[in-house]
Amino acid sequence: MTDLSMPQSQTQTRSQSAVGKIALRWLLYVLLGLFALYYLMPLFVMLTTSLKSLEEIRTGSLISLPREVSFDAWKTAWSGACTGIQCEGLRPYFWNSVLIAVPAVAISTLLGALNGYVVAQWRFKGANIIFSLMLFGCFIPFQVVLLPMARLLGMMGIAGTIPGLIFVHVIYGLGFTTLFFRNYYVTIPSELTKAARVDGAGFLRIFWSIFLPLSLPIIVVTVIWQFTQIWNDFLFGVSFSQAGTQPVTVALNNIVNSTTGVKEYNVDMAAAIIAGLPTLLVYVVAGKYFIRGLTAGSVKG
Amino acid sequence: MAPILDINKLYKNYGATEILKDINISIEPGDFLVLVGPSGCGKSTLLNCIAGLEEITGGTLSIGGNDMTHVSPKDRDIAMVFQSYALYPTMTVAKNITFGMKVRGVDQATQDAKLKEVAQLLQIEPLLNRRPSQLSGGQRQRVAMGRALVRDPKLFLFDEPLSNLDAKLRVEMRTEIKKLHQTLDASIVYVTHDQIEAMTLATKIVVLKGGVVQQIGTPAEIYNNPANLFVADFMGSPAMNLIPAQARKNGSGTQIAIAREGGDLLLTESRDLALPQDVILGLRPEDIAEAGFRAGDGVQEAECLVDMVEPAGADTYVVSELGGKQVTARLHAETSAQAGKPLNLAFDMSKVSYFAKETGERLN
Repeated sequence: MTDLSMPQSQTQTRSQSAVGKIALRWLLYVLLGLFALYYLMPLFVMLTTSLKSLEEIRTGSLISLPREVSFDAWKTAWSGACTGIQCEGLRPYFWNSVLIAVPAVAISTLLGALNGYVVAQWRFKGANIIFSLMLFGCFIPFQVVLLPMARLLGMMGIAGTIPGLIFVHVIYGLGFTTLFFRNYYVTIPSELTKAARVDGAGFLRIFWSIFLPLSLPIIVVTVIWQFTQIWNDFLFGVSFSQAGTQPVTVALNNIVNSTTGVKEYNVDMAAAIIAGLPTLLVYVVAGKYFIRGLTAGSVKG
Repeated sequence: MAPILDINKLYKNYGATEILKDINISIEPGDFLVLVGPSGCGKSTLLNCIAGLEEITGGTLSIGGNDMTHVSPKDRDIAMVFQSYALYPTMTVAKNITFGMKVRGVDQATQDAKLKEVAQLLQIEPLLNRRPSQLSGGQRQRVAMGRALVRDPKLFLFDEPLSNLDAKLRVEMRTEIKKLHQTLDASIVYVTHDQIEAMTLATKIVVLKGGVVQQIGTPAEIYNNPANLFVADFMGSPAMNLIPAQARKNGSGTQIAIAREGGDLLLTESRDLALPQDVILGLRPEDIAEAGFRAGDGVQEAECLVDMVEPAGADTYVVSELGGKQVTARLHAETSAQAGKPLNLAFDMSKVSYFAKETGERLN
């Protein structure tokens, strides 16, 4: 009897543990699914609300699907909503943001690459101090610099203009972009620079022909980072712009806060989604390089 | 003919630290100069100074008769091969090799012709369209050499080019570099920490230690007449036996007494040398043989107690304690030596080097 029962109980425990494993796995999936749903909830509410009519929003439930899909709110948000006294929608401000973000991202990334290249590969005297100071720039709260920056922009004669905002974003992006590129280039053996110097290449030639082609992953990381920062910026946008040069984030705020009478939730939601779309798009297009770029670096041979 | 490389009173400091002190080296066209020394001795720094990648603190340096002390690397007419090969990772092998010519504005036809010539010489034609990451260590090494060869410079600089290869490949590439030197009749400065590489490749060796030149000479000079204890110990494998001994004047010759258990080992130095009382006697393992297997004027036999027998295939190494040191003798493979038994050894006194005990300098 005992001889027989032994293997039986063993197989029993084994099948028990197998069942336990599957149950655990399902529990995990269900839990993760719930988290995902919870996380997606606001987006869902925004999307559905933006597609409903005002009437339906007033009477229906917050999480119900729209009975009648209508894109009127989107149209209004894009070209008709009022920001204060003007009623042109987000469109002009959206283009303002594009005009600010694209050059600012491009310039700060290029300058960061050059800075990182110099600090990592051309170790001049005091290179480390300069790099530390630039790093320090990453940790200065933006509020601290508002007044001095406003004065500087005034002195330069670009206060309240789009070039002014580009300038501000380039300056405040440099700390991060330099850090990214420096940490990437520091892993590249210095013998590569030496070899190129013996081959006759100069400072810019080495950067252009050897370092830049190696930099795609870190360029993607920097572009995503900078684009997100600059596109989503509100503080600089609201401080250093004037009517006509405001970025989309400021306009969104104005649309939401300056409506009188009935609050048009559907328009607000549509406007918020429009304002957030470009950053979303950047992540979708370049996201897979993001992680790769953060972990990559070492260059063999 | 004017020296191809002439280094005169070169000093190099990093801040207050002196890395290189009073370096004077001169080589003729076609010379293969090897800078050898332990790690941290400054040999790579010296090479970088020659290349112009490091500014020198004092002294002058000329290449091919032209003063190059403050000339930038690209105008020195040199080519360099690096330890990590330093191939441009995003370029194909062909682009790696022609990059220098492209930078200097050489026309396309010449570039193609030179590329073809070098690829043929190094047998890397099938690899020309690959990236460095798709090559093996040996292939990368070849490409790195190709990049140097295509320049056809006055002076080649090699910075430990073989140290990243496995043992077998290293020996192969060593032979190939030697062959290349002979066919091209190139002038080469080569840095290594491997004394065997130094011996096999060099026409001239510079031994460095702590940024100071210890000895400059042909491989044979360095091997047979080391200038001091450091060189004697560093060059040769197994290392030279360095045995503390007492010297006593005895007629026209000198009696050398080596302390050991059971009475001093007495040898006679018949050359007329003025030696102090305390000396270090240096004798290569191959200059101690089994009695009867070595003949010559200076050969003297003595019975020694064998502590250890190490067969190494072609030779058998026998270790015996003399003067408080483990002394290695290199015997033929079929020796009858047995550990713990006495054996008659023949010491070739004509090959002995003597060093001062305090300074380590050579005495004869």
